[in-house]
Amino acid sequence: MVNDKVTNILIVGVGGQGTILASRILSYLAREAGHDVKVSEIHGMAQRGGSVVTQVRMGKKVYSPLIAEGQADIILAFERLEAIRWMHYLKKGGTMIISDQVIEPVPVIMGLQKYPDSIVDRIRRKVLDTIALDALTIARNLGNDKASNVVLMGVLARKMGFPKEKCIKALEEKVPPKFLELNKQAFEEGWKIEV
Amino acid sequence: MKELLTGNEAIARGAFEAGVTVAAAYPGTPSTEILENFVRYQGVYAQWSPNEKVAMEVGLGAALGGARTLVTMKHVGVNVAADPLFTLAYTGVNAGFVLVGADDPGMHSSQNEQDNRNYAKFAKIPLLEPSNSQECKDMVGLALEISEQFDTPVLLRTTTRVAHSQSFVELGERGESHTKPYTKTPSKYVMVPAHARGRHVVVEERRQKLLEYSETCPVNKVELADKSIGIITSGIVYEYVKEVIPGASVLKLGMTFPLPEKLVRKFAAEVKELYVVEELEPFLEEQIRLMGIEVTGKKLFPRMGEISQSMLAEKILSVTEFKELVDTSVLVKGVEGDPDVQIPVRPPVMCPGCPHRGVFYTLSQLKMTVMGDIGCYTLGALPPLEAMDTCICMGASVGSALGMEKAHPEMHGKVVAVIGDSTFLHSGITGLLDVAYNKGATTTIILDNSTTAMTGHQDHPATGRTLSKEPTCQVDLVALAKALGISRVVTADPFELDNLKNIIKEEAEANEPSVIITKRPCALLIKEKSSPYTIQTDTCINCKKCMKLGCPALTAGVETVTVNATLCTGCGLCAQLCPSGALKKAGEVIG
Repeated sequence: MVNDKVTNILIVGVGGQGTILASRILSYLAREAGHDVKVSEIHGMAQRGGSVVTQVRMGKKVYSPLIAEGQADIILAFERLEAIRWMHYLKKGGTMIISDQVIEPVPVIMGLQKYPDSIVDRIRRKVLDTIALDALTIARNLGNDKASNVVLMGVLARKMGFPKEKCIKALEEKVPPKFLELNKQAFEEGWKIEV
Repeated sequence: MKELLTGNEAIARGAFEAGVTVAAAYPGTPSTEILENFVRYQGVYAQWSPNEKVAMEVGLGAALGGARTLVTMKHVGVNVAADPLFTLAYTGVNAGFVLVGADDPGMHSSQNEQDNRNYAKFAKIPLLEPSNSQECKDMVGLALEISEQFDTPVLLRTTTRVAHSQSFVELGERGESHTKPYTKTPSKYVMVPAHARGRHVVVEERRQKLLEYSETCPVNKVELADKSIGIITSGIVYEYVKEVIPGASVLKLGMTFPLPEKLVRKFAAEVKELYVVEELEPFLEEQIRLMGIEVTGKKLFPRMGEISQSMLAEKILSVTEFKELVDTSVLVKGVEGDPDVQIPVRPPVMCPGCPHRGVFYTLSQLKMTVMGDIGCYTLGALPPLEAMDTCICMGASVGSALGMEKAHPEMHGKVVAVIGDSTFLHSGITGLLDVAYNKGATTTIILDNSTTAMTGHQDHPATGRTLSKEPTCQVDLVALAKALGISRVVTADPFELDNLKNIIKEEAEANEPSVIITKRPCALLIKEKSSPYTIQTDTCINCKKCMKLGCPALTAGVETVTVNATLCTGCGLCAQLCPSGALKKAGEVIG
């Protein structure tokens, strides 16, 4: 997937879900593969439970740190609603990886707006290559909800064809030693998923 | 060695390598991480100041003293620091002084999108604009050299996309850092009128010299390609131009004030169509037009928000005769959205367990007119709390509450100011002094969560710790308010709703000014969560009173409300509102 052209990965989720660590691991892998890399993140007010997006671009030469609408090769979505919110950023023929998790936004919690039903099916109708998994439950079974981001990274890394040993090295670099074993297991679980 | 750094990390690195020894700032998105990174280097001094004006003054003292200095702030912070900046432009510096001002086009985390490049022109100081992290690092060094060569402060202006994007940076070694001697020079540093008149002459001469320098400044570069289209640009937009119109000739300006007139003229003469592409104000365009050069700029591009690759392609394609130079792949449509789905918005919200929630719930119940301020608590303006009437700038709540009260004496008892602890120390103290001095009866609620939360939990003078995490003295907010002339000062727990309501009512109705300090640490700073609440489904009458809190841990259901145990911090506000006693803390449940 990674070649001379710029590859665009959009990581979307809700503030506090650990999208930043995922982008750190991904940019490490891209760098190890010899690419130019740019990453753009959101800080500040949006982080307080709002919709957050991190953009990672890699290739021979990357100018803009931002991905234009409709140009993402892969969207890695940490939550269903965020997946469909950002779907129009995906290239035709692109890949959607969704953690099939629901975090209801306040207008839904308040009963003012409705959380859309059958999101994953709706996305599948538009995006042939949709990979949905319950990363949260997988992480929970390993003993820590927070590792769901690394489960998702396992799926993404395999999809993008990064060598597994480099991925493990990336974890060793980017994850605090205390959580390394947990995250290695989480990564394995993601890697196992058929892509 | 190459590292992937954000613009902010690169600026910190650049300052370290260029031998900066003193740095000061007040946190503000998107500038905050510069000092948080800089302080980690050995052999430097860095501090959070109470506000940007003080940071600027600490910085100018260090620079006049002979140390290379870095001062950083967000765009609106420069408004606060403008007073010392404009006169520092007259005195000049002794050692290099660089001010980093971080603009926020698109207002990702700001109350306005002012274009701070105008400050450079206004104060007559040189302006540099980096496009990526490598340039961030390099331009700090260049700014310090320009500062010393021309005896002037230098403004380094970033934007959110430069500050918060990562790209590769070649790291270097720490250069020489020795503090120059300080020599008493009243005619240069004491800006009484007689001296200042002389310095203004120097400033104008300097402006002329800087104009000449800009012609050969290494960061102003002509990248000639097809001469059919010529684009003059700076900052992040340069990256979009290179991607979208790879065939065009580009005049990339790293130094954007003063503009290199000869270079611009030469470039303009070489190309058929001339465009200037810049976000926000026509800062470059106006300078170019003053040279008598016709250029297309704001006729095509908006003064509002950010420019995107697709906007750039569309706008240029709409006018150019040389469409083949534009890479239209950026306009290829992606996956269509699902027209049958209404996607609910996901606005930022107060966190579960946020100590501000109880205060804003109470203010909304009391139907108060709430003069607001800048911080996480500005989220109190959003539904369902909707308990804020104004939000203007740091510290504005207190003075504006006094103004509202003077305009509407009949509103007495119904107007309060709310302000965070960090914001109060930033610029609320003088407002409170005014309330006492001018015999207001204003009630000021200081929302003390013991941190600067919004920007990512920075210390301030009431936390007892410095930027380098050393213990220090801790300002006593009660004693401070009393010293300013406020005799009614009460502390309240924002988790005790009935008590809080009584206190707010009583203080607002009093015929003299008062301060209520609501004290609870930011929920994100609490490591050990209290046990969560659970809902007794057989007891819940589904009245949804608890839903008025807007707590993300509570969800409205058809039969009952449910509690998300992972999110719930056990603050207990919901249980206080529950008329049927259906919300119980885990452990309290019997049976």
